[in-house]
Amino acid sequence: MPREGSAFAGVGAVMMKELADNLSSTRMRLLEGLIFITGAGAVYSTIGAVKEVIGEDPFIFLRVFTTGIPPLPSFVGFLGFLIPIIAIALGFDGVNGEFNRRTMSRILAQPIYRDGLLFGKFLAGLATIAMALTALWLFVIGLGILMLGLPPSSEEVWRSLAFLIAAIAYGGVWLALAMLFSVIFRSAATAALAALSVWLLFAFFWQMLVVLITPILAPADPYNIASQVHTVEVGLGIARLSPNTLFSETALAFLNPAERGQNLGVLLPAQLQGAISGPLPFGESVALVWPQVAGLFAAFILLFTIAYVLFQRQEVRA
Amino acid sequence: MSEPVIRAEQLTKTYGRAVAVDHLDLTIEQGEVFGLLGPNGAGKTTTILMLLGLTEPTSGKAVVAGFDPLRQPLEVKRRVGYMPDQVGFYDNLTGLENLRYTAKLCGFRGKDADDRISAAARRVKLEYAMKKEVRTYSRGMRQRLGIAEIVMKGASIAILDEPTSGLDPQASREFLELIRSLKHDGMTIVLSSHLLEMVQSICDRVALFNRGKIGLMGRVGDLMSNVLGGTHVIRIDALGAGVAEAIAKVPGVSRVVPEGGRLRVEAIGDLRADIARAVVGCGGDLKMIDAGEASLEDVYTRYFEGVPNAA
Ligand SMILES: Nc1ncnc2c1ncn2[C@@H]1O[C@H](COP(=O)(O)OP(=O)(O)OP(=O)(O)O)[C@@H](O)[C@H]1O
Ligand SMILES: [Mg+2]
Repeated sequence: MPREGSAFAGVGAVMMKELADNLSSTRMRLLEGLIFITGAGAVYSTIGAVKEVIGEDPFIFLRVFTTGIPPLPSFVGFLGFLIPIIAIALGFDGVNGEFNRRTMSRILAQPIYRDGLLFGKFLAGLATIAMALTALWLFVIGLGILMLGLPPSSEEVWRSLAFLIAAIAYGGVWLALAMLFSVIFRSAATAALAALSVWLLFAFFWQMLVVLITPILAPADPYNIASQVHTVEVGLGIARLSPNTLFSETALAFLNPAERGQNLGVLLPAQLQGAISGPLPFGESVALVWPQVAGLFAAFILLFTIAYVLFQRQEVRA
Repeated sequence: MSEPVIRAEQLTKTYGRAVAVDHLDLTIEQGEVFGLLGPNGAGKTTTILMLLGLTEPTSGKAVVAGFDPLRQPLEVKRRVGYMPDQVGFYDNLTGLENLRYTAKLCGFRGKDADDRISAAARRVKLEYAMKKEVRTYSRGMRQRLGIAEIVMKGASIAILDEPTSGLDPQASREFLELIRSLKHDGMTIVLSSHLLEMVQSICDRVALFNRGKIGLMGRVGDLMSNVLGGTHVIRIDALGAGVAEAIAKVPGVSRVVPEGGRLRVEAIGDLRADIARAVVGCGGDLKMIDAGEASLEDVYTRYFEGVPNAA
């Protein structure tokens, strides 16, 4: 059915309103507190260990992000857990909340399309995540400068910025998932629970699942190298269905210049020859995890499209 | 006569096998106050949503303010103000902030938006509460905020779904006054309601919905003479055997129906004297006789006695 007028009418108005709601909500205060305390805790405890290797590692600053002192995970590890929570908290009542407040039909009776409402809400959530993560990033860099007593090199800045962008994209995937559930379930509590279940699945059980499923799908023959390689590849394929895996691999490549794929399951010809080690240039690190980054975007587009289609077909009356 | 502002042709909506609106034809003229009546589930809200382009008709078409709600919904929604059944606002925002948001969605900005909002608030007598959060509003205040939104938007057509449900009599009266003043300004108003008294006092024309179809449509006065065959309804409380039969024999009485221990008599004029004589003549004991003009409620009752009810 051809229709007239811009699909984006009202996006700006919706986004500004939602952004103001997000930033002033108690929910956001709590989340900000949570991420800053855990972030600061992780970095603070890490820096002592990092200090000891000053001078040995040219990318000392990036170590602040990636070093974890057991039992605590690294800062990156923390973000892998926390970003989904923030995104879910921002998105789980996006659409059903309008129905529950009985504002949906009144808002949709204004000269905008449903597209505008959905895009506006999504962009506001993404902007909120971006702001929180950027603030946290600046905070960590600042803490690093103070405690290590030296500034980051320009390559370290680029790499950590690339990581910041990947973290925002990862947040976008979870936000799209939360909004999808807010379209599917009329009850906000149900939507939140559903999204949190998916988060639990990927954060805690996915690795176990991979270990269980892979030998069934692709049994390895101990006398056949090719079949063993195949098994590993299938296992990686399944692991990468999880946005958490995609994110941690991306973070690893961006923040660890020495990463040449050995931890990503990618067998580079150079590595097979065993010739080269040492840091990769930034551009090559990006090329290395490009599929993972693309995977994050694909997941986001898929989830958002499903949410969009379902929302278009929904009855407006509560 | 000019082009009608709202026209529906064979408008139909089915949900699975259930037919919510069934080949509906409807025209509403510029400046009219038009009432949609009918029992629960008759299809009033569904019709309204199709006129606004918020629900896609299964078949048939509508033209609202010269536009097709399906293909040109933004044009339609720019010109039509809608107040849904149990209108909701953002409770954590003030009335002013709520209207500012709607103003932005309509594309009004800055001073233009603020001027429109304050004029609208004055119009519905809600200026005093515009800076309060909507959570503190009473039902009546929310309804008025809903009307303020429509005024602010500069809509030429207002569609109000059950606008007075849940209002106390005083608030309803004030609300009706407000609707009259909007009509006075030339706004076309479509409202659905269960409050027949209200519809009668304010609507130029009404449509009686039943099971997705319009059973009756026309001016309130015309409906009364068509359906009731007279315009007077007299209520009688009388004791005695054969009273009802005696009354029915009075010339000019078209119907006698028992109603809550009393009798409802429909007649072509004020026949109270004749009826009283008939009651006394047959030895009955007349305790009360009350003449009212027929109301829409009588039309409604009579109409739905004759047809199988949907809800
Ligand atoms: N989403 C839906 N799915 C299935 N049936 C629906 C849906 N929405 C409405 N209906 C049905 O359509 C019919 C018409 O409903 P509608 O809400 O238009 O009636 P109404 O006249 O507004 O009633 P009320 O006076 O109760 O508001 C009802 O029988 C209702 O059950
Ligand atoms: Mg209704």
